[in-house]
Amino acid sequence: MQRSTKEILIKQAFLATAVTSLAVLALIMVFLFMEGLPAFCFVSVKDFLLGLDWYPTDEANPAYGILPLIVASGAVTVLSSLLAIPLGVMTAVYLAEIASPRVRAVVKPVVEMLASLPSVVIGFFGMVIMAPFLQDFFDIPVGLNLANAALMLAFMSVPTIASVSEDAIFAVPRELKEASFALGATHLETLLRVTLPAALSGIGTAVILGMSRAIGETMVVLMVAGGAAVIPDSLWSPVRPMPASIAAEMAEAPFRGHHYHALFATAMVLFLVTLLFNVLADYFSHKHQQSGSASL
Amino acid sequence: MTADTTLTLPTPPRQSLSITTGRDRGRKAKQWLAFMLLRAAILIVAAALAVIVGFLVANGYSAISWEFLTQPPRNYMTEGGVWPCIVGTLLLSVGAMAVALPLGVASAIYLHEYALPGRLMRVIRLGVNNLAGVPSVVFGLFGLGLFVTAMDLGVSLLSGWLTLGVLCLPVIIGTTEEALRSVPATYREASLALGGTKWQTIWRVVLPSALPGILTGSILGISRAAGETAAIMFTAAVFYTPKMPNSIFSDVMALPYHIYVLATAGTEIEKTRPIQYGTALVLIALVLGMNLFAIFLRAWLQRRGKR
Repeated sequence: MQRSTKEILIKQAFLATAVTSLAVLALIMVFLFMEGLPAFCFVSVKDFLLGLDWYPTDEANPAYGILPLIVASGAVTVLSSLLAIPLGVMTAVYLAEIASPRVRAVVKPVVEMLASLPSVVIGFFGMVIMAPFLQDFFDIPVGLNLANAALMLAFMSVPTIASVSEDAIFAVPRELKEASFALGATHLETLLRVTLPAALSGIGTAVILGMSRAIGETMVVLMVAGGAAVIPDSLWSPVRPMPASIAAEMAEAPFRGHHYHALFATAMVLFLVTLLFNVLADYFSHKHQQSGSASL
Repeated sequence: MTADTTLTLPTPPRQSLSITTGRDRGRKAKQWLAFMLLRAAILIVAAALAVIVGFLVANGYSAISWEFLTQPPRNYMTEGGVWPCIVGTLLLSVGAMAVALPLGVASAIYLHEYALPGRLMRVIRLGVNNLAGVPSVVFGLFGLGLFVTAMDLGVSLLSGWLTLGVLCLPVIIGTTEEALRSVPATYREASLALGGTKWQTIWRVVLPSALPGILTGSILGISRAAGETAAIMFTAAVFYTPKMPNSIFSDVMALPYHIYVLATAGTEIEKTRPIQYGTALVLIALVLGMNLFAIFLRAWLQRRGKR
């Protein structure tokens, strides 16, 4: 009897710890809303989300419109995805289907090391090497711009996309591929018409996670994107995505002043966007989970 | 090459028996082209890593000296070394792990050993996955709001530990679950058959065999925490402090923040460029070193597990 009571207590203790992650997530939300919602006392939700001017430090007439920041975040994310999705998925296909074990043993750690490079180092690289290079090569006034940030972000989301897609491709049942081979299809035809369609929901999850990583990435856009809070009109426009604005201005914003609350409200928007992306990714991976070959 | 490498390729289609027509040759050529494209993609990814690390090593190695590694910055950070930053980064990342490891391992044990598939487990998992996706700057604001301000811990090591600890939690949960998955079910069954309770089985059988995997995960967690910048810039790190940390309430200097500050703020950006390269090199040596160690440890464990 005593032994089983102890067992139950232990189980409850583990449950309590497992809920920590949820509790932290809830606390993050509470604190963002607590410090962010007061912003809507001095700026309407519409003016905040759709306002074109972000002049939070203007003494006489401060403006708190984050549309340029939202557009900038969207632009760097979409542009970096254009590069990162093909690269990431191709890397995954190569690793899961084509590489010999020996090649795999080298390539996989390379991808993992790319994932582990600190973002500040990638940002530094973009600042001191890539920016001057772009400036000379394309003869543009500033090297710190939308294109540079998207390029650096792409290399940060490739490992995420590659490793999640690889798992999905790996999980495709062997019989499906063998059936295709038996019908005389080449390896490529099997890949394009059988393996990839079967792994599609997993690859979708990978893409969403990769994009969510790019939206939330802070140091790279802080150091490389150029920092101008205007809606970009070309690849070479300097931009100021949401995380960059928060990280750059938080230190100077007076505690619990208007600027401080506006930054927390921006973080709220950023958090909700990434939350949406992650819930979507989770939904995809559960909804269309490939369980054996039965569901095809 | 030799016969045994072709044998290990995943089920190549055999076409040698059929009569080769022009159409078959076209299909073959298409496949060859497509696989070349895939190889090109791999080369781009590998080249990205090589170029980034290569440039930093080429520009940074001349800044590295015994003095650089063991001296504090001098003369408004334009001379001297990065010793306080190295100490700060090590303290922050190891302390973060002390927070994340117990919580993460216990969560993973619950998820893998106790929880039955159902709504509760689904919600907890969703929570963990979403926590993994929270932007690091949001963790920074959360740390600022809760630990620095509401709990009044100030900009301190302790605030940094707690912030980085929750940031690393999903990494630890993920790697621990993987380690638990690799423990064969027969181990658990043997222990239960001998009359061991669930907890005795976990404590004496499952955890010892999962320990190396958990260790690998915690090294990865430390390296993740060591490279983190946005989460510590409002909670633990400062531009410059003349004293070394002497309590858990001290603010600290840290390598990633040092790079950021020297590269973007102040009037001596060009003059301190060698120091920036040197600091970046020290940071990636630290982070990639830990990662390589974890990768080799994992490969060794897998080989040992197979025997």
